[in-house]
Amino acid sequence: MADNSIKKISIVPFGPQHPVLPEPIHLDLVLQDEKVIDALPSIGFVHRGLEKLVEKRDFQDFVLVAERTCGICSFGHGLGYVEAVEKIMHLETTPRTKYLRTMWAELGRMHNHLMWLGLLADAFGFESLFMETWRLREKVLDLLELTTGGRVIFSVNKVGGLRKDVTKGMLDTIMAGMTVLTKECRVATDTFLGDRDVQSRMRGVGRLSPERAEELGCCGPFLRASGVRRDLRLLGYEAYGELQFEPIVSFDGDCYARCEVRIKELYQSMDLVRQCIEKMPDGPIEVPVKGNPNGEYMARIEQPRGEALYYVKANGTKFLTRYRNRTPTYSNIPGLVETIKGAELADVAMMILTIDPCISCTER
Amino acid sequence: MSTLNYLGQSLKNLFSRPATENYPAKPHIYEERYRGHIENDISRCILCGNCMRHCPSSAITVSKAEYTWRIRPFSCVQCNECVEVCPVKCLSMVNAPTKPGTQKSIIVNRYSSEQIAVEQERQKAIAERIAKAKAAAAAKSPNPADTAQASKENKSCV
Repeated sequence: MADNSIKKISIVPFGPQHPVLPEPIHLDLVLQDEKVIDALPSIGFVHRGLEKLVEKRDFQDFVLVAERTCGICSFGHGLGYVEAVEKIMHLETTPRTKYLRTMWAELGRMHNHLMWLGLLADAFGFESLFMETWRLREKVLDLLELTTGGRVIFSVNKVGGLRKDVTKGMLDTIMAGMTVLTKECRVATDTFLGDRDVQSRMRGVGRLSPERAEELGCCGPFLRASGVRRDLRLLGYEAYGELQFEPIVSFDGDCYARCEVRIKELYQSMDLVRQCIEKMPDGPIEVPVKGNPNGEYMARIEQPRGEALYYVKANGTKFLTRYRNRTPTYSNIPGLVETIKGAELADVAMMILTIDPCISCTER
Repeated sequence: MSTLNYLGQSLKNLFSRPATENYPAKPHIYEERYRGHIENDISRCILCGNCMRHCPSSAITVSKAEYTWRIRPFSCVQCNECVEVCPVKCLSMVNAPTKPGTQKSIIVNRYSSEQIAVEQERQKAIAERIAKAKAAAAAKSPNPADTAQASKENKSCV
């Protein structure tokens, strides 16, 4: 019997400029009526060639370039780069450096997740919730500004240690800030997880099975929301080995699960910051750096958006041969394409947002 | 239930003070560590160019010939590297942002005429000292070229 339904195939360009996209990425959506049957991603709109700069900048100064890859995961980028160089040079940083780096990395994760929650609320039209989460994020940025001097670009890392120490008074302010944030975030996060309208936009949307998520090389909260317990902080780099935490995992694999994982990680980060401050050792914040690096190393760290790789190759001079940075969004794009296939056009924006895309990182 | 909770928060926001500051009527107080913009105390600057070589965004240009220190504030990324590498600590990070402008201006700090005169005198003195040292070295040991010539002549005589 002939199929009499209207099945018109059309291609709808999504991006590079779109209300839900803070940064440019383009997707060609192949539609059959309102259903997406295929998606073809393309990137390359904001490529800056930061990796190539490593050949022209002193390896000690390059950390400032590396952390400017992105305005949100900036601390992690600096940390990944210095970790790789320190491993090549066999430098063991001081315990205080490790704890301070961990604390700042977790504060960075908090402001990333609060920003993402705000963008999510904005995407499904909950304006006041968007404002509320960004008001809370501002408190985290104030703490970062107090301790590092920058709101999103911190410039505190350097090869062998840190550029700035943190005073006792600052640590007390952060501790007090965590208490206030834990209390104030509860209202906003309960709304995300309990509101019926919010659930109607996210429950069952963009489901990805754990097997497919692993096969496609997904990472970060996107992977953990599919039920895979993988978190690079478990490797124990910096001070993570001495802190108590358990990776947040959810099993539904849909947009709601991704939101749930990030909300729980937000509270986990607050707890980790508290643990860091309680266990903060005294002592110097840097070790002397002698000579130039010679060798290669690949460092892996858990960024707020997932696993990031930093490959550094040195040749014994002050200029490095190669710096390679593979960011979490890059690995999550195949998973995103998989989730989009078979979805309704109206849900595509939500799915793109729930991988927490960072195009500046991806393009480098 | 959570919607009702959020309604409570919305009502609280409605009757509480704004979360934002009343800027510019009330000036913002920046943190002590806030990285705003770079200023150079040119009276202490020795124009060594260390800041220019370390600047990640190549925002600083130092010219010894023109006695100038230039910065493009719109290219500066406020990383504080120049302040850290400055040998005489004439650079400082001011904890207030750059003043807004309508054009991509360049801030030029030039030596004063007195400073230029002092610097020229200093350069002259250094040049004289080098010339004297060279002359003294030449007088102390005979010129290797002359020695070679002499030895050639000696050989030809033999």
